[in-house]
Amino acid sequence: MLYRENGQFKTSYAADQQILPIVQDRWFMAALLVFAFVVMPFIGSDYLFLSLVIPFLILAIAAIGLNILVGYCGQISLGTAAFMAVGAYAAYNLVIRVPQLNFLIVLVLAGLIAGLVGVLFGIPSLRIKGLYLAVATLAAQFFVDWMFARVKWFTNYSASGSVSPPPIEIFGWTVDTPVHKYLFVLGVAVVMTLMAKNLVRGHIGRGWMAIRDMDVAAEVIGIRPLKSKLSAFAVSSFYAGVAGALWGFIRLGAWEPLAFNVNLSLNLLFMIIIGGMGSLLGSYFGAAFIVILPLLLNQAPAWFGLPISTALASHLEAMIFGALIIFFLIVEPHGLARLWAIGKEKLRLWPFPH
Amino acid sequence: MLALQRNWAVVGLALLLAMGLAGPLLLGLSAPGFYVEVLLGGLMSGVMYSLVALGFVLIFKASGVFNFAQGAMVLFAALAVARMAEVMPLAVAFVLAAGVMAILAWLIERLVLRHLVNQDAVVLLMATLGITYFLDGFGQTIWGSDIYKIETGLPKTPLLILEGLFDGGILVNTEDFVAAAIAALLVLALALFFQKTPTGRALRAVADDHQAAQSIGIPLNRIWVIVWAVAGFVALVAGVIWGSKLGVQFSLSLIALKALPVVILGGFTSVPGAIIGGLIIGVGEKFAEVFLGPVLVRWFDLAGGGIENWFAYVLALLFLLVRPEGLFGERHIDRV
Amino acid sequence: MSKLLKTRVTGMVAAGIAAGLLTLPATSFAQQKAAPAAKGEQFFPVLVYRTGAYAPNGTPWANGYVDYVKLVNAQGGINGVRIAYEECETGYATDRGVECYERLKTRPFVAAVQPLSTGITFALTDKAPTDKIPLITAGYGRADSVEGEAFPWNFPLMGTYWDAADILVQHVGKLNGGLDKLKGKKIALVYHDSPYGKEPIALLQERAKLHGFDLMLIPVTHPGVEQKAAWLQIRQNRPDYVFLWGWGVMNSTALREAVATGYPRDKMFGVWWAAAEPDVTPVAADAKGYQGLALQHGAGRAKVHEDVLKLVHDKGQGTGPRDEVGSVLYTRGLLSAMLQVEGVRQAQLRYGVQPLTGEQVRYGLENLNLDAKRLEALGVSTLMKPLATNCRDHAGARSARIQQWDGTKWGFVSDYYEADNQIIKPMIKTSSARYVAEKKLTMRSCADEISAAAPAAAKK
Repeated sequence: MLYRENGQFKTSYAADQQILPIVQDRWFMAALLVFAFVVMPFIGSDYLFLSLVIPFLILAIAAIGLNILVGYCGQISLGTAAFMAVGAYAAYNLVIRVPQLNFLIVLVLAGLIAGLVGVLFGIPSLRIKGLYLAVATLAAQFFVDWMFARVKWFTNYSASGSVSPPPIEIFGWTVDTPVHKYLFVLGVAVVMTLMAKNLVRGHIGRGWMAIRDMDVAAEVIGIRPLKSKLSAFAVSSFYAGVAGALWGFIRLGAWEPLAFNVNLSLNLLFMIIIGGMGSLLGSYFGAAFIVILPLLLNQAPAWFGLPISTALASHLEAMIFGALIIFFLIVEPHGLARLWAIGKEKLRLWPFPH
Repeated sequence: MLALQRNWAVVGLALLLAMGLAGPLLLGLSAPGFYVEVLLGGLMSGVMYSLVALGFVLIFKASGVFNFAQGAMVLFAALAVARMAEVMPLAVAFVLAAGVMAILAWLIERLVLRHLVNQDAVVLLMATLGITYFLDGFGQTIWGSDIYKIETGLPKTPLLILEGLFDGGILVNTEDFVAAAIAALLVLALALFFQKTPTGRALRAVADDHQAAQSIGIPLNRIWVIVWAVAGFVALVAGVIWGSKLGVQFSLSLIALKALPVVILGGFTSVPGAIIGGLIIGVGEKFAEVFLGPVLVRWFDLAGGGIENWFAYVLALLFLLVRPEGLFGERHIDRV
Repeated sequence: MSKLLKTRVTGMVAAGIAAGLLTLPATSFAQQKAAPAAKGEQFFPVLVYRTGAYAPNGTPWANGYVDYVKLVNAQGGINGVRIAYEECETGYATDRGVECYERLKTRPFVAAVQPLSTGITFALTDKAPTDKIPLITAGYGRADSVEGEAFPWNFPLMGTYWDAADILVQHVGKLNGGLDKLKGKKIALVYHDSPYGKEPIALLQERAKLHGFDLMLIPVTHPGVEQKAAWLQIRQNRPDYVFLWGWGVMNSTALREAVATGYPRDKMFGVWWAAAEPDVTPVAADAKGYQGLALQHGAGRAKVHEDVLKLVHDKGQGTGPRDEVGSVLYTRGLLSAMLQVEGVRQAQLRYGVQPLTGEQVRYGLENLNLDAKRLEALGVSTLMKPLATNCRDHAGARSARIQQWDGTKWGFVSDYYEADNQIIKPMIKTSSARYVAEKKLTMRSCADEISAAAPAAAKK
């Protein structure tokens, strides 16, 4: 009853093609953005920002990138954390060696460098498909891990291999308090999501989806697989690079090569599978799930008043995590985004039954 | 790639590998005795990787599932044997652990795989990843996170042999030879199982074509349980061998990641591929680390070696570019 | 499952998860108040790892730490102020360590944080000054954080990795009849490929230049179970000595591979984190002859252990198994807790007997003065030498001994060595200055502070 398009007539092509054609959706999105930008900074605690929302947003950006590659273009990749590492180290080196650059430019450049590396490691995708490609991307993961641990130039000849960038400064605004960090990351996330949505709606995105569904047929009708697949790798790695730079600078503060290991790649893959492949909203859902679940599992015993040892709590966390993943895959392989879509469909009828 | 170009690529890759293999001897980078030691070490490592890869291949052949949980299964089996052997003889513990792995196989098939029958590869991969997390946590809950020993009674100190032939002799470990012999026996037993027994033939039928096998009356679910149980047994053997060499602890499950290049090099559906792939990867890795590593460190002023972390993967990648299905894998024909 | 039932179950589970996910942020909106820490209690966050590849070594340390806290509480607390503590599992992973820190730092009256990981230390070194919580890194951490002017909030009490490496070189020099006899010798460093393992490299390179020995660097990737190639390289190069800088499973694997490649164990020396029972018991008799550093204490029970057994274990409150009491890592955890408690006690002398903030505890840690009498009273006089910190020296001590494994237990085989400050001090100076410049901080000045605090100190 409330969520209907009754009376919403589009009178121009632009209105017809907008991202949120239903006005209730636009109101909801506007309210969400107002809440996120204006209300949250006042009601959120430091812990909420630093441990929940900021990792959620940064990982959502990376998950969008991976979703573009896996969900929209169908190329399985287990090496996203490597591209995040490239972005983080590129940003670090730019900030250390060219200190005059504005950090926003550094972010973009770091993303571009990660994109280039992504294209390089995406070249095998022209020959290899499916699971073979997944394991081949692991080669990228381990090689990049090794490279940053060994080539001393990247870590500025640090003896411990650990790098520690200076605080971020943009136009005189130092991003140091949790609220500042939150607002900065939120801004970047909104911009990147908008970009991704438009890419995916356009002809590039349609080319990706054609490759995903039937790559031989796509080639037959004139979509160049080289261009499509490599552009998917490039864009995906750009997103991963920007997310990696934010992860290192804002979330970790100081990191060593182990910070971007294969576990992070697997977690990102979980995010998009649980959230929903081929859906940007799914990336956000998946990121929220993966960020919040371990914290929830860690603290749940305390709420129930059960005194269990940290070791057992940790093991239970792993077991429940694994079980939940299997549960989701069995029950809803299209992810939480599908549940959301079903919910919206039901909302169109509510409160009527049919 | 045209057939002609493909041949050149294969020849080129073979030449490159041959150079890599013979290089250290020809360039005088090492003494002949040490060369043989590295070769033996590589072959032994390769045998260990093959054992794990064998489990991958068995399951993929029969049910099309890429079992990422093989490493966790190796660890779980090793933990079971190690902890049970503390209160009973090793042989009894081994048999009991085989039973445990069979029950685990049945549970996995019943609770997870049956519901994911027609999903695509990524979803199945993720499901086995979920099983990995679960087994890791579950195994450590029951058996603990300490380092446990598996005492096979084999001597750990190496023997010095062929002192006359090679200057300084060659160091060999009895344990390694026993492990290689056990692996060979296992492969032989599996080969016999597949060729001679009705169940084995049914497994091969299922691996060939699920629908055809079902149509002639082969119970798919039961076959899958049997396959997972066999893979569990292979994991048990691998776990005992790895465990007696390295000690049984949580980090053992990370070895499985090393077995992945073996599987993609050999082909996902080929048992001989797993063996040969394992040997190639094992030897390649050790050679790269011991001979190529110091050279790279000197040239590029690197902070240490550690090449073997990625070398196996890059080697497998090179093979894939030449033969996208692996050495012995089935040619994949795309239908549009 | 029928389609309808499936949809209903999915819906319920999704609703349940959504409810759970929503309540978590809601409870985080308010400042976290912990049930254990009531008003009037000092809070000790305990960052540990009882799972994962490093659990065999992390667990005894954690048991020792918590047992000592329980002992202090059983004895009435720190001058009557009870200690509340909460464990948080980090799994030796930096991001989980940071998450634990962020969650536990919001409790009232956090005394100090002990990360038990050099990687986590590096990450927290940037956050500690803003949050005003001191970091105690007893026997690990950043080697340059001894310099209190650059790192006011870091306390690498009892010694750093530069001290450890220095002492190993001194000992090896002594074995050869003098440091000059090391010329032309080969020393291989088999290290864990992490900030922990890389920390001693700088000092070893410095010493290699000075004395003319060859330094071979052999990194081992986490978790350290694959060392065959590393030891084949060692067999190829036949170094005279091997320094082992491993942790967790890497240590016992290294010893196993040493046995398999025939490298004499009595030429292997481990740092104080690589010379404990979990490292040698899996190999037991085959590791006979392996030597390692003892961070002042070795294995064996002292008076404090008897107190723990009497007041904690006998009351059924023991954190770990009884026979673990007195093992190397257990004692190290116990002493780490002791140093934190003494830091709080010292701060209470200035700020009064009440739960203190991190800033106040920092003062206490910077003015620690554990003399022989105090050590005797604590029951640790057989375990360590007197320790005193000040503004310029946040370590307080830099001595260690060598202990050797005889197949069944650890025993001392040397006297105390002191790390050579002549070489280390300039390195600390350059490194800390570089850190300050990179992070755009300002060095504090100890001289000004000491003169300002002199009247206050005279009052005491």
